[in-house]
Amino acid sequence: MKALNQYIELYKEQKDVIENTSAPGLNAQRAFALEALAHKGLPVESDENYLHSNVEEWLAPNYGLNIQRLNLPLDTEEPFRCSVPNLSTQLYFLNGDSFMSAPQTNASLLPDGVIVKGLNTFACDYSEIFSRYYNKSSFTDGTSFLNTLLVQDGFVVYVPKNVVVEKPIQLIELMQSQFSMLACRRILLILEQGAALKLLLCDHSLRMQEYLSLQVVEAFVEDNASLELYDLEETHTGNSRISSLYVNVGNDSRFVCNNITLHNGRTRNSANVAVNGHGAEIVLNGIVIADKEQHVDNYTFIDHNSCNSTSRELFKYVLSGSSVGAFKGKVLVRGGAQGTDSQQTNRNLALTSSARMFAEPQLEIYADNVKCSHGATVGQLDQAALFYMRQRGISEQEAKMLLKEAFVGEVIDSIPLAPLRDRLNRLISLRFRGQLAQCKGCNICH
Amino acid sequence: MLKIDNLHASVGDKEILKGLSLEVGAGQVHAIMGPNGSGKSTLSNVLVGHPGYTVTQGSVTFKGKNLLEMSAENRSHEGLFMSFQYPVEIPGVSMMNFMRTAINEKRKYLGLEPIAPADFLKLVKEKREIVKLDNKFMNRSVNQGFSGGEKKRNEIFQMAMLEPSLSILDETDSGLDIDALRIVAEGVNALKTPQSSVIVITHYQRLLDYIKPDIVHVLYNGQIIRTAGPELALELENRGYDWVIDEFENKK
Amino acid sequence: MENEELRNFSENKYKYGFTTQVQTNIIERGLTEDTVRLISQKKGEPEWLLDLRLKAFRHWLTMPMPKWAHLNIPPIDFQSISYYADPTASKKNGPTSIDSIDPEVMKTFDKLGIPLEERLALSGGVAVDAVMDSVSVKTTFQQNLKEKGIIFSSIGEAVKNHPDLVKEYLGSVVNYRDNFYAALNTAVFSDGSFVYIPKGVRCPMELSTYFRINAAGTGQFERTLIVADDDSYVSYLEGCTAPQRDENQLHAAIVEIVVKDRAEVKYSTVQNWYPGDEQGRGGVYNFVTKRGLCAGEHSKLSWTQVETGSAITWKYPSCVLRGDYSQGEFYSVALTNNFQQADTGTKMIHIGKETKSTIISKGISAGHSQNSYRGLVRVGKNAYGARNYSQCDSLLLGSDCGAHTFPYMDIQNETAVVEHEATTSKISEDQLFYCNQRGISPEQAVGLIVNGYAKDVLNKLPMEFAVEAQRLLSVSLENSVG
Repeated sequence: MKALNQYIELYKEQKDVIENTSAPGLNAQRAFALEALAHKGLPVESDENYLHSNVEEWLAPNYGLNIQRLNLPLDTEEPFRCSVPNLSTQLYFLNGDSFMSAPQTNASLLPDGVIVKGLNTFACDYSEIFSRYYNKSSFTDGTSFLNTLLVQDGFVVYVPKNVVVEKPIQLIELMQSQFSMLACRRILLILEQGAALKLLLCDHSLRMQEYLSLQVVEAFVEDNASLELYDLEETHTGNSRISSLYVNVGNDSRFVCNNITLHNGRTRNSANVAVNGHGAEIVLNGIVIADKEQHVDNYTFIDHNSCNSTSRELFKYVLSGSSVGAFKGKVLVRGGAQGTDSQQTNRNLALTSSARMFAEPQLEIYADNVKCSHGATVGQLDQAALFYMRQRGISEQEAKMLLKEAFVGEVIDSIPLAPLRDRLNRLISLRFRGQLAQCKGCNICH
Repeated sequence: MLKIDNLHASVGDKEILKGLSLEVGAGQVHAIMGPNGSGKSTLSNVLVGHPGYTVTQGSVTFKGKNLLEMSAENRSHEGLFMSFQYPVEIPGVSMMNFMRTAINEKRKYLGLEPIAPADFLKLVKEKREIVKLDNKFMNRSVNQGFSGGEKKRNEIFQMAMLEPSLSILDETDSGLDIDALRIVAEGVNALKTPQSSVIVITHYQRLLDYIKPDIVHVLYNGQIIRTAGPELALELENRGYDWVIDEFENKK
Repeated sequence: MENEELRNFSENKYKYGFTTQVQTNIIERGLTEDTVRLISQKKGEPEWLLDLRLKAFRHWLTMPMPKWAHLNIPPIDFQSISYYADPTASKKNGPTSIDSIDPEVMKTFDKLGIPLEERLALSGGVAVDAVMDSVSVKTTFQQNLKEKGIIFSSIGEAVKNHPDLVKEYLGSVVNYRDNFYAALNTAVFSDGSFVYIPKGVRCPMELSTYFRINAAGTGQFERTLIVADDDSYVSYLEGCTAPQRDENQLHAAIVEIVVKDRAEVKYSTVQNWYPGDEQGRGGVYNFVTKRGLCAGEHSKLSWTQVETGSAITWKYPSCVLRGDYSQGEFYSVALTNNFQQADTGTKMIHIGKETKSTIISKGISAGHSQNSYRGLVRVGKNAYGARNYSQCDSLLLGSDCGAHTFPYMDIQNETAVVEHEATTSKISEDQLFYCNQRGISPEQAVGLIVNGYAKDVLNKLPMEFAVEAQRLLSVSLENSVG
């Protein structure tokens, strides 16, 4: 409760500053969030969905917030190591929680009607669209209410009816302040009927300060629309991340999410997908690579509430050092959701004696004409394959690398953007070799 | 080339090889035959350094070096190759990546630069024709979804790529139809040089119709109990193993 | 479908729903420290046992009812239950010989197919401890077993005759602090069975306990303790039924098993408590803590359960694999129909090295029922080489029921290999049609298919039980297709 109270106090003290710097659309939801928080509180460890991440503790330190909307300097050189060779993107930044577009980004290159803006600007300029979607997801998690209470900026993509954004949009989320900081980030993705968007999120921390990013992504994927989301985290060990994704999908729509935790401190990701349309196709994939004392907890909840939808989940963890991995995947098939076809797979490698894995797949099914399955395994590298490779002259260490890369490769292979695939393979290969981001001035790997 | 002296080896607590001695000269083809459970697979696995087998006594020298002290990968670099009885499937690792890594690791061991991509592709093309594998298989995962015949052809392809000085063919004929057997055997013969040696481990005469041995050994109960010319294989095919075993037991 | 015929049939499908008219001494409803003292006094217990009960009772008072299960449990008024009912009260000398048992009680067990006269025992020999309400009525073949050094008696008798053994092991696997119902049971447990198999002895016959609830307004709180000493073997069976009543009755038992070096225990249950009627009225609440400790190296414990009865089932027969190379197994078929609810599964706690466990669970949901598998596989830090394989399948018959799977894996050792697979599907239309075309009615076809589906588990049961279990599966499914 103490952790939460410091934020509620902060809000009450700074209410005027917050409201004066924010769009009315953002302010309109704060009272409700405050009430919900008072009622629900933060998730505690005895919460079935939060067994393995003590977020109360993560929120406890006295982080700074950029409530005054100070203009924090952005080092524009550094982020360009996030560029994906051969993948041309429209590039934007969230510096902490402040939106800015990259110097070379040209809004006129976006298809007609597509709007990419900072959250606060969008809420002012397009208040009608904004209020139709913002905060309309049903939050299940106290941390999301906390985000609504304190949020001042973020990122919005609006794709109107039948518009296809061919070129991926890339949002680089940076933590680079000189003091330890909490960023309340809010991302709103609106895809009207028949719209299509590919969005690449790159989450980085550039300095060795203690950071906490408290992120909420709300996505509305209306009938026949398609959203592909690639969320790559590459932060340092002092970084904490609580990211909650709420997606609403319509008839015959498609939602694909790849969540990759390449390097981090403490991470709790949740993906809540409300399948309210029939014939929808949902793919949730994830890769976790963790060592040292890293902590990665993925929670997914697919709520099948309509007929003939399919969902596929594939999460793969490679744990070494004293890292802790948790995966909880809940699939709910409601009474009317006949014809649901759901498949969930969670495979984990625990490679050291002090690494620990919690796996909790869950099926809750109330309709009979369904095909649902899940599988979860925890194991090690295949000894027979290791020996076979050594007989062919591949050193044990190299053979292990190849097998680990192949293990997570199953997820990468499903990504349709070839340049992104190559980039991820390269990053993963570097990560396993302990050479990730040995770029000039970067502090990520220690 | 290879000298095995009084080799004892066990799996767990069970001793399988019980004082085996064998010498293979450069350019020779040896066949090792024997009934099930005589220790044939143990011998090949011990030679290539499988971690599941423990050598308790004896010595093995390969090209003048103590083989038993080397790691499995260094044995490979030194020129020892085993065609696996059951080639292992490695999902997610492409043949291309696998083979390039193997070649470059060997080159590193020999103090050479990594192979240039163009040269590598040329090499692959040249070698895969020996065993009639098409180009597509290089993009597939190692042995995954390969038919029995494809797996064995893949073993010989890898042998061609790595150019070993001593190849051990462990029951390479098992599970092969006659056409696949011919392709595999022709591949082995095509790769044969006056300097390279082959040990063919087999249960049956069949493969030896194609790969002609210079010397045939009978392995029984962890020891070589008879050594003779190629005519021995034919005699075993006709009369079985019992008579050799009886003669051996009587001599004792 | 011939609905009329089916309905007629299904109306008396619970053939154990009768009540026995026997003079039963029932203590007043309600639960206080005095109740606990009264039970202990009635059973003539030593001081240490009363102390244990009181400690458990005081602890129970501090505990809330657990809510985590996927169950909708109506509030239970623990003060409206009577905690002790003795149907042998009319015979003051206690149940020592056949002649002293009330003929009505004898008839009851005959009707249930549980002969209390040894000469009538099933071929192959099954020794029975028959428990009605709170009291063990009769334990058969005690003499024969005694010759081999095997102790098989009611737990009440064991407290008197083998106090040291009972004192050493009672509560050693399931502490009264373990959970709400374990505390309650420890405070008020009445009867149950005690088994001790000495070193090196292979028990020559199946041992079994048959639990029967008879009296109205009572709960049954039995306690079973099995100790298998080094190199011993025993196969133990448990069966249960209750009369058909509109009120819910509570059954909160504890089963504790200790398995020592190289010993093996097989524990099989066919649970057929009254499940309630088609509208979900009545039925037994079956809240049970079953746990075995594989204390010794190479020890083995195997749980097999067929759960067809009870309005609500809440139990997780578990194995604590402490001995190196020990093995735990859990085979389960849980069938729910009408408004039944089940949340059942297992816990496999790997502590020793090279420990192995297997979980096979088959859930079948029909009618408006809810059926959940919940299981934990934990591999501790020192459990090198631990292996687990779990397979949980759910079959849905009809669109108003639910099938749920909640596995938990907690792995702390890098040499462990743990696999879990789960599938949910509905009964195959093709299979049904194929059977129909060959002249097999839909009802029969469902019975056949479900039995086939459950075969992996049914095969683990001793023969007599397997036949009964198959019949139960078919009968419990009456009216489930239409």
